[in-house]
Amino acid sequence: MSGIHEQLLNAIEQEHGALLATQITGERPGAKLLVLDDGHVAGELFPAELHDQVRADAGRLLNSGEATTRSYQVGDEQIDVYIESHLPPRRMVVVGAVHTAIHLVTFAKEFDCHTTVVDAREMFATRERFPHADELHVGWPDEIMPDLNLGPQTDIVMLAHDPKFEDPAMEVALNSRAGYIGAMGSKSTSADRNERLKARGFSDEQIARIHGPIGLNLGGKTPPEIALSIMAEIVAVRRGKDPRGSQSPVKPAKADQ
Amino acid sequence: MRDILPDIREWRAAGEEIALATVVKASGSAPRQAGAKLAVTRTGKMSGSVSGGCVEGAVFEKAMTVLDSGRPEVVHYGISDELAWDVGLSCGGQIDVFIEPFEDQ
Repeated sequence: MSGIHEQLLNAIEQEHGALLATQITGERPGAKLLVLDDGHVAGELFPAELHDQVRADAGRLLNSGEATTRSYQVGDEQIDVYIESHLPPRRMVVVGAVHTAIHLVTFAKEFDCHTTVVDAREMFATRERFPHADELHVGWPDEIMPDLNLGPQTDIVMLAHDPKFEDPAMEVALNSRAGYIGAMGSKSTSADRNERLKARGFSDEQIARIHGPIGLNLGGKTPPEIALSIMAEIVAVRRGKDPRGSQSPVKPAKADQ
Repeated sequence: MRDILPDIREWRAAGEEIALATVVKASGSAPRQAGAKLAVTRTGKMSGSVSGGCVEGAVFEKAMTVLDSGRPEVVHYGISDELAWDVGLSCGGQIDVFIEPFEDQ
């Protein structure tokens, strides 16, 4: 059995979610407990009572993405445990290899996001236009997307602006666990799409996951400006400041965007 | 961890002795938050950071004593306004750094 650090490195490389708890005070500073999202557990904290308490918190903290020191009461003693959650890498799936997508992929790369661009139109989805995308797929988005591992760490951005491509892709998106779903289009385009989705049997709650019109209201007009407003919205949502909330300090895109 | 992982892999392959420093608590306007990591080797190689460059030198020194003793330590770094040349964070933030040998348990 290899060491805990080594197992953590392996987990990160294999894109597993991982929680590492390190005891920093108490009888065994440096003692570690590792919990992976596939259920693998390794290591031990001391005493056993501390181990059990941290183990009980592990499931909840595994997907938090946080790094924090927590104090545990063990008998008369307070023991500090540093706990860090390692999330799998961020992914962005862009449906529609349009001009704005080129800039959006550029921004996403700055956030260490693994980027995938999908478009059925061969003319658009070329390596000349997207030399920087990690993956480029020519084909129907709804056929390709189910193979893309659309988990909580995935942002799905619909830029195709054509119901023929987008409606089936949106159904795949809504049936996934993607953390962010946004779609380009005016308020009326968005409302029409939502009606079609409703007719296909999706609930209001499911449809409410869609950010549309996509992006924050930066007043932008050009493709890079719009790409920036989309990226900004994704950051806001990921940081718990959904622009659609009434208390949110940031505002969603205007209807005319 | 992801950012320093390739360096650690390389150092381990080369048989380097490695210490890992992690910000376990940060308060005030600390330049890096909890979770920030700096890995160093006995031979003086560094990867990552735990501050904006203010305390990395001191952390390296401490990491060498941790490698010698094999015992992890928590070190607190705060503002250094009383002794201008002391090691500290000019930004006014405070950090606790946990320094441990990077070894198999």
